[in-house]
Amino acid sequence: MRKSMIAAPLVLAAFALPVAADDSDAWFESRSALTQQTGEGIYAAVCASCHMPEGGGASGAADYPALANNPRLEFPDYAIMVTLHGQAAMPGLGGILDDAQVAEVVNYIRTHFGNDYPDDPATEELVSDAR
Amino acid sequence: MAETENPTPTKPIPTRREFLTMVGAVGGAAAMYQAMGMMGMAHASPYDGPIQLGQAPEGTKVLILGAGIAGMVAAMELRDAGYDVEVLEYRDVAGGRCWTLRAGDTYEELGGFVQTVDFAEGNYFNPGPWRVPYNHYAILDYCRRLEVELEPLIQINNHAYVHSVDAFDGKPVRYREVNADFRGHISDLLSKVTNQGALDEVLSEEDKENLLEGLRTFGALNSDNEYVSGDAASRRRGFDRPPGGGVDATPISSEIMDVSTLLDSGLWSRLATSETLNSSAPIFQPKGGMDMIARAMAENLGDVIRYRKRVTRIRQDEDGVTVTYEDLITGETDVTTTADYCVCTIPFSILSQIDHDFSAPLANVIQDMPYAASIKVGLEFKRRFWEEDEHIYGGTTYTDLPISQISYPSNDYLSKRPGVVLGAYSWGALAYQYSSIPPEERVTRTVEWGSQIHPQMPEEFKAGVSVAWHRVPWTLGCYGLWNDKDDHYEDAVAMDRRIVCAGEHLSYLPAWMEGAVLSSLDAISRLHDTARNQAGE
Repeated sequence: MRKSMIAAPLVLAAFALPVAADDSDAWFESRSALTQQTGEGIYAAVCASCHMPEGGGASGAADYPALANNPRLEFPDYAIMVTLHGQAAMPGLGGILDDAQVAEVVNYIRTHFGNDYPDDPATEELVSDAR
Repeated sequence: MAETENPTPTKPIPTRREFLTMVGAVGGAAAMYQAMGMMGMAHASPYDGPIQLGQAPEGTKVLILGAGIAGMVAAMELRDAGYDVEVLEYRDVAGGRCWTLRAGDTYEELGGFVQTVDFAEGNYFNPGPWRVPYNHYAILDYCRRLEVELEPLIQINNHAYVHSVDAFDGKPVRYREVNADFRGHISDLLSKVTNQGALDEVLSEEDKENLLEGLRTFGALNSDNEYVSGDAASRRRGFDRPPGGGVDATPISSEIMDVSTLLDSGLWSRLATSETLNSSAPIFQPKGGMDMIARAMAENLGDVIRYRKRVTRIRQDEDGVTVTYEDLITGETDVTTTADYCVCTIPFSILSQIDHDFSAPLANVIQDMPYAASIKVGLEFKRRFWEEDEHIYGGTTYTDLPISQISYPSNDYLSKRPGVVLGAYSWGALAYQYSSIPPEERVTRTVEWGSQIHPQMPEEFKAGVSVAWHRVPWTLGCYGLWNDKDDHYEDAVAMDRRIVCAGEHLSYLPAWMEGAVLSSLDAISRLHDTARNQAGE
């Protein structure tokens, strides 16, 4: 089980992209929005609640789909759409994430957890158009 | 379970009489309710006593999916009407979200995170619904009929706190002080503009006299219509030295907050909480935990409920309904059971992943209902310091910290044993983050935040448990959120040939048990009509 960033800021530092800021202090700063700015920070703060810290999803009476090794992430559009507007039981997150945050977290998922889709990255413009 | 309140309807500009009734009358909240009732806003529950279905057509079977409140209400009433009833339940206990965690219980949330409730014997925590308001007539009637013992739950406590990290150097303020000062200052200000003639076009001279008299009482003003520090204000907000006995017993008045400080604090934003229909006294809780309601229903139903059956497929045709399930006890898959009709109370978060053949309008709603994030953290402390040190007996402290509120136990007052408080209850962006961290860290953080209000917390902490509703295996969320409720609600509640859906998600009391009961009663009455028509009765 991966420890959260609050408990282990060093883990974040080790894996963060060189340009990424350290998000470990950016938790619980707002009641109405997420304040993390890096893809990893945003993933750990919201996606991990259902898709789990390692992206493996979960299974109860019904399933949370795994994001790990997920070919639906080959192109950014689908992930942007689902992140913004939700799908089935998943609430849309467009109200608590801005365009840049959505792009960051989509690109993070598309390049982690066994996904290797660095081409056609999500951009603020793509996200804005999909709102 | 939720704090969801319908937004206040847009009020018409009040007539003078209503205006006076609302503002001038003695009694504050009571007066407001009276006014709301006159304007037709204070709707009571539409529940009108036990449902009278009459006799079921002979040899008719109804299959009920889910043994939560909606499913069990349907099962009890249909059985009593003479239907052959079978209930399939995913878990090994009944109740669904009507749930209590007790000392010694183990709870595994999605992702495999396991918590053991390390409370003292007899202590408990309600992760889901925790309040039964007086105006929820239907669920109260089931408590009456099933002899579930209730006790009052204190929602608002004048001696609890309101708190903001940005106000008064982050120190909590007693609800009583903010309430008294806010009422006092608005009464003072309104009396000033009244005397300055600003309301002359609205109020007659007689009205103005009545209004000023009302404001003096409402706001604890002095004879000059001013809200000032002194005995009158202190009898509302509390004394620096309360009235005593014997030597040095004379009360010493407290200082009121000046109006700018009070307004700037924002703490007045908490004052309407006790005015909403679902949060005003009297409110009840079952003695010993909310699931006493579910237990009573399950006991009443006995072996009608078949546990640990995971529904995988739902089909219907002109002859009946066929449901396929996985038997989690035997490991058998593709077990089928049939019935003439079906009540489906499976949350749409789950139903959206079940193979079904519902008609398009209903299927579209099932596929388009997100479930809300919500977090509750229960904290057990070695002693009831909120009572012993701070004289808080039940009620709620409201804060803009991520914990949002602290609710003190409305049972076992004065006990010398450990006590359990609701240490956090949050929604939205806060709940997502809370849900994403490991359970033990949720508890640690809750104690840290709570200690900004109660510094005793770290020292007195004994045990904690948290429930993040997105990680609850049998619901995948707290309650159903609608997209376009106005347009699609009727499609979703309509009976689809032989199947009707029911639950809190199909009501205008979302997240409340009352919504689940009312939805269920309405669903089975229509199912019964259909069954009788089909039987040619």
